[in-house]
Amino acid sequence: MDDSPILVVKALEAGVADEDIDILKGVDLAIRPGEIHAVMGPNGSGKSTLAKVIAGHPEYEVTGGSVGLRGEDLLEMEPDERAQAGVFMAFQYPVEIPGVSIANFLRTALQSRLEDGEELDLFDFQELLMERMELLDMDVAFAQRPVNDGFSGGEKKRNEILQMAVLKPALAVMDETDSGLDIDALQVVARGVNTLRDEDPEMSVLLITHYQRILNHIVPDRVHVMVDGRIVESGGPEVALELEAQGYEEYRKAHAA
Amino acid sequence: MPSNEVIQGLGLDDYKFGFVTDSEPVFKTRPGLDEEVVRQISARKDEPEWMLKRRLKALRIYQAKPMPQWGGDLSELEETLSRTYFYSKPQEQMERSWDDVPENIKQTFERLGIPEAERKILAGVGAQYDSEMVYHSLKEEWESKGVIFDSIEDGLKNHPELFRKHFGTVIPAADNKFAALNSAVWSGGSFVYIPPGVQLETPLQAYFRVNQERLGQFERTLIIAGEGSRAHYIEGCTAPVYSTDSFHSGVIEIVVNRDAYFRYTTIQNWSNNMYNLVTQRALVQQGAHMEWLDGNLGSKLTMKYPSCYLMGEGAHGEILSIAYAGDGQHQDTGGKVIHVAPRTTSSIVSKSISKGTGRASYRGLCKVYDGASNARSNVECDALLINETSRTDTFPYIEIDEKSATVGHEATVSKVGDEQLFYLMSRGMDEAEAMALIVRGFIEPIAKELPLEYAVELNRLIELEMEGSVG
Repeated sequence: MDDSPILVVKALEAGVADEDIDILKGVDLAIRPGEIHAVMGPNGSGKSTLAKVIAGHPEYEVTGGSVGLRGEDLLEMEPDERAQAGVFMAFQYPVEIPGVSIANFLRTALQSRLEDGEELDLFDFQELLMERMELLDMDVAFAQRPVNDGFSGGEKKRNEILQMAVLKPALAVMDETDSGLDIDALQVVARGVNTLRDEDPEMSVLLITHYQRILNHIVPDRVHVMVDGRIVESGGPEVALELEAQGYEEYRKAHAA
Repeated sequence: MPSNEVIQGLGLDDYKFGFVTDSEPVFKTRPGLDEEVVRQISARKDEPEWMLKRRLKALRIYQAKPMPQWGGDLSELEETLSRTYFYSKPQEQMERSWDDVPENIKQTFERLGIPEAERKILAGVGAQYDSEMVYHSLKEEWESKGVIFDSIEDGLKNHPELFRKHFGTVIPAADNKFAALNSAVWSGGSFVYIPPGVQLETPLQAYFRVNQERLGQFERTLIIAGEGSRAHYIEGCTAPVYSTDSFHSGVIEIVVNRDAYFRYTTIQNWSNNMYNLVTQRALVQQGAHMEWLDGNLGSKLTMKYPSCYLMGEGAHGEILSIAYAGDGQHQDTGGKVIHVAPRTTSSIVSKSISKGTGRASYRGLCKVYDGASNARSNVECDALLINETSRTDTFPYIEIDEKSATVGHEATVSKVGDEQLFYLMSRGMDEAEAMALIVRGFIEPIAKELPLEYAVELNRLIELEMEGSVG
């Protein structure tokens, strides 16, 4: 088995485009196939920025460092090219697309992965969608609803998980997917991620979170603590527990000094 | 007299071209408009005296009325009109051969997935319609039910009393300058009569007729839906109309008698040099139901406000419209609902998309007369802006003279947001695909009302349009 990292982030510096403020100040991170990494940090630490820079959000500008996906320069790619290369970001705030059903949305997303002139077989797609929804224990009617339009917070996150299940990424970046979720919704999300990983043990996950809570349900291989645009500590799951006990204040003090 | 005609570009931004044919029409009037031209038109059509008199009277009204100072920019229209041929015999226009149609137009048709036979009709090539067999069996069915579906000229010739009884009653010549113009020089269009109680499952499609006669520049359509009848009329299509004209001014009159249901669907995509100024109106009697489904794409300027005059108690009028304003285009569209009788209800749903320097204006009138007790009306207009340079305006006119009336108006403007685009792109769609999906979702409430093949064409067209919108 090839054990070289799928994602390599090196000395990554980035900020909001058109604003002269650095948010990421040299981030290093390597994720191997099948690993789950959690990045934890207080508000404003830059953890969400890291997720968005990996996915290619146009609002952010990379000012230094590199991001490689299986040896390819991710930063040179458009967001759609990154998606096609195997990156999937579950959004913290999924966007509403009125008038477009989830099924239609996913069909278009899968179609876009095919060569020009190739048509997605509608029956194959239908079958795949049904199978994925069954796997995640979702009601079939859900796929006919317009994307995120009028969804509750929990429904939006379920939709993200469904998309992930259909698009089958090599690297799933979960941008504070757990924020604002009640415990039931949190478990649905966690069960979804675990199910997909059981199915594809090679799928890697970068889990961005403020709280330790979700790590009870999705057990990370590595935990990184981010403060002020830098990863200040890395370790096993025990780091998350320590953090839970101490809070971020200790880290902040240590790194403000 | 020029021996050729410059054929202007399609409404699609990426298909600009110029094109010249050498075909010499056998008969056409000289450019510009005067009494002699009107007399010639009437004589060519072998019309009865009363129609000639109507035309001449309409001409005087047209000449007396000033150019409208509202809506779109008509400052160059006088000049265009002085160059316009107000009549050329349709048959001659159909002598253009498929070989003369430029390659890029053929490609556009192909990309739109339009069947070969229809492409030729759309290109103004007088080919035999392959579905003639289908048409004939439908025609037999219609005739056995007493339905008349003819050209407007044949309507006048073969059904003179019915024609005269209704012609110009819904839209009199004096209604507006362009209705007057049309009344003076009309040519082409449909005459439809549905007898009382007759219900038609299959829509009446103007397609079935256009192989005999191209849609006129001054088309005139008269439709009479008998008591308790039910029918759907479809005109036009989403493919670019390949036309030699730069001015289109139609008049559509519809009488919807008691308890009848009538739907009129039109989707048109004009070449982008076209002034498209159309008056379409329905008189809706007691308990009757009228629906306009109106799609406007292309043209330089379109001014079009389908209206429902709700004359009888409990009459219902609905106007659903989509306008797409591409670069340099102005769509000034909307609808009018006039509540005259008690318990009349109406709804206007208008959606517009502006791209590039395109401008889409919603202009609507809701009028409730004193005595139209408990009338209800709801207007919803939504605008979507694709680029920073795109523009939209809303001009809702509401005049209520009846205390018990309920009138609602809701307008939204949305911009295709970076966040929305990023969301779709992060799922693998490129920017144009993402844009097209957002636009498709936006028009979905109206597209789902279209016959399937029209909805599919409309979606394809939007995809083509979006290819040029990004970057």
